[in-house]
Amino acid sequence: MTALRILFLFAFGIALFIAPMGQGNYIIYVLCSWLIFSISAMGLNLTLGYAGQISLAQAAFMGIGAYITALLTMAGVHWIFAVFCSISASFVIGLALGYPALRVQHHFLAFVTLAFNTLVFLVLRNEDWLTGGSLGLVGIPRPEFGPFNTMMQLPFYYFVVVCFLITAAAMAWMLHSPWGRAFKALRENPIRANSLGLNTTRMTLLAFAIGSAMGGLAGALQAPLVQFIEPGSFTLILSLKILLMVIVGGSGYFFGPILGAGLVVLLPEMLRFTDGYYLIIYALLVLVVMIFSPQGLIGLGQKLLASFKPQEERGDLKQGAQL
Amino acid sequence: MQANTVLSVQDINKHFGPIRAVNGVTFEVEKGEILGLIGPNGSGKSTLFNCILGQLTPTSGGVQINGKSVAGAQAHELSKMGVGRTFQQLSVFPEMTVIENIIMAGQEHHGTMLTRLFGKSDAGLTGEAEKMIEFFRLGHLRDEKAGALSYGQQKLLDAAMAFMAGPEIVLLDEPAGGVNLTMLQYLKERLITYNREHGTTFVVIEHNMEFVMSLCTRIIVLAEGQIIAEGAPEDIRSNQQVIDAYLGG
Repeated sequence: MTALRILFLFAFGIALFIAPMGQGNYIIYVLCSWLIFSISAMGLNLTLGYAGQISLAQAAFMGIGAYITALLTMAGVHWIFAVFCSISASFVIGLALGYPALRVQHHFLAFVTLAFNTLVFLVLRNEDWLTGGSLGLVGIPRPEFGPFNTMMQLPFYYFVVVCFLITAAAMAWMLHSPWGRAFKALRENPIRANSLGLNTTRMTLLAFAIGSAMGGLAGALQAPLVQFIEPGSFTLILSLKILLMVIVGGSGYFFGPILGAGLVVLLPEMLRFTDGYYLIIYALLVLVVMIFSPQGLIGLGQKLLASFKPQEERGDLKQGAQL
Repeated sequence: MQANTVLSVQDINKHFGPIRAVNGVTFEVEKGEILGLIGPNGSGKSTLFNCILGQLTPTSGGVQINGKSVAGAQAHELSKMGVGRTFQQLSVFPEMTVIENIIMAGQEHHGTMLTRLFGKSDAGLTGEAEKMIEFFRLGHLRDEKAGALSYGQQKLLDAAMAFMAGPEIVLLDEPAGGVNLTMLQYLKERLITYNREHGTTFVVIEHNMEFVMSLCTRIIVLAEGQIIAEGAPEDIRSNQQVIDAYLGG
């Protein structure tokens, strides 16, 4: 890890710590949303950006995680056990969906996952004996850890920060392990990866299931944040929003989804001073980023950095095409 | 089948409707041999190659690697059985560096799924990968992205990747395709050196006659799905049946 990267991570950590200080409840709520959606988008980034499989079901996995956590914590179960159940259920459902769904690719896979998202929405809306139907579930408790109570907005924010940092560290660990290399190989050349001994079916399924489990974790944090959930919060629109976070931030880059979630969640709030024009300005900014840098904000940043660096010609190219 | 037979192809037939792409082909490859598989376009070389690699299911007949049938084996299972391969088209991971490409080529053969998650990020392969890069004289490109390499350099990297897992047999699909003469000489010399140093068996499909004749120890010629000649390069060169097949006589 370079000194610059360590410095950046340190600055990012400090910024996370001081960001909510002196802010009102609403701003802290928005910051929590950003971190929660960052977790969900990191999951989708693993599926899409690293393993190359498009999914339009991330909102459904958030919904599954949110409802399991809500139901369990409302029944008196501690959040820690509830989040474990949410993550496990999302992982298993991700495997069950991925096994048949990953036989198809690209836009076909997008449609299969889109159908799954709709199916989950219908189950959440129609099975009101369990989910409360369209009225949803109200009064979801926030977790307590001994003397540390997250009922107030600020302690809950720091609780979300800890969850976010643990998830990001676990993701960074995985991406720097041979698993991360295998995920990239899947995206770049699955036939070659298979010929080198990589069980591409198993690895693709794993990427899909881990990405889904991270959606479940995000849902398990979303439920106690809002303390109210209803099926309409986990529709296809949200899946598309999470996809936008990954694409606009930089698909296949570690910090891409975090930046993307920042743009999608924080920017509209920052533009509210423009009154009725904020959504128009936001949409235009997203368009500009996508047109000038299809690799997203991270790609844009890399391009800018590269333009300041002196260009070094490779030794073998200087000598001419010997090989 | 003899004790040191690595690859055994037994009476392979592959029919596509009325077309008999491969028709009763039988041969064996001994350990350390460099076998060339040649023939004019449409002779069934690629179909046979794909049957050996399990990408096509033969209509009848079987393929054995070290005495074990490869029927129904997937590509990753073949790799674990000691079969390496290169592709006709460039087949590297363009966004990974040269060293990462080589490590990727070996990592699935080291440890288990869990040790690969919790173990070293390079799966303990950096030293071995650097040796392989040096062997193919790509050391100066160690940290370059594979996609930024020249066509010839990527062909070399492709070959290096096929050897990284220490396979017993490597199937090379048109390794000379699109490579310039200087590079071709170099690739041939590296393949022969690797074969002598490690005793690895090669099966080479190739159109470039000069390359095949100077690389291979034995050549099999296919025409219309059947073996029409088999022998040492000098015998094949002067075989009238082979000349007729190539000239359409």
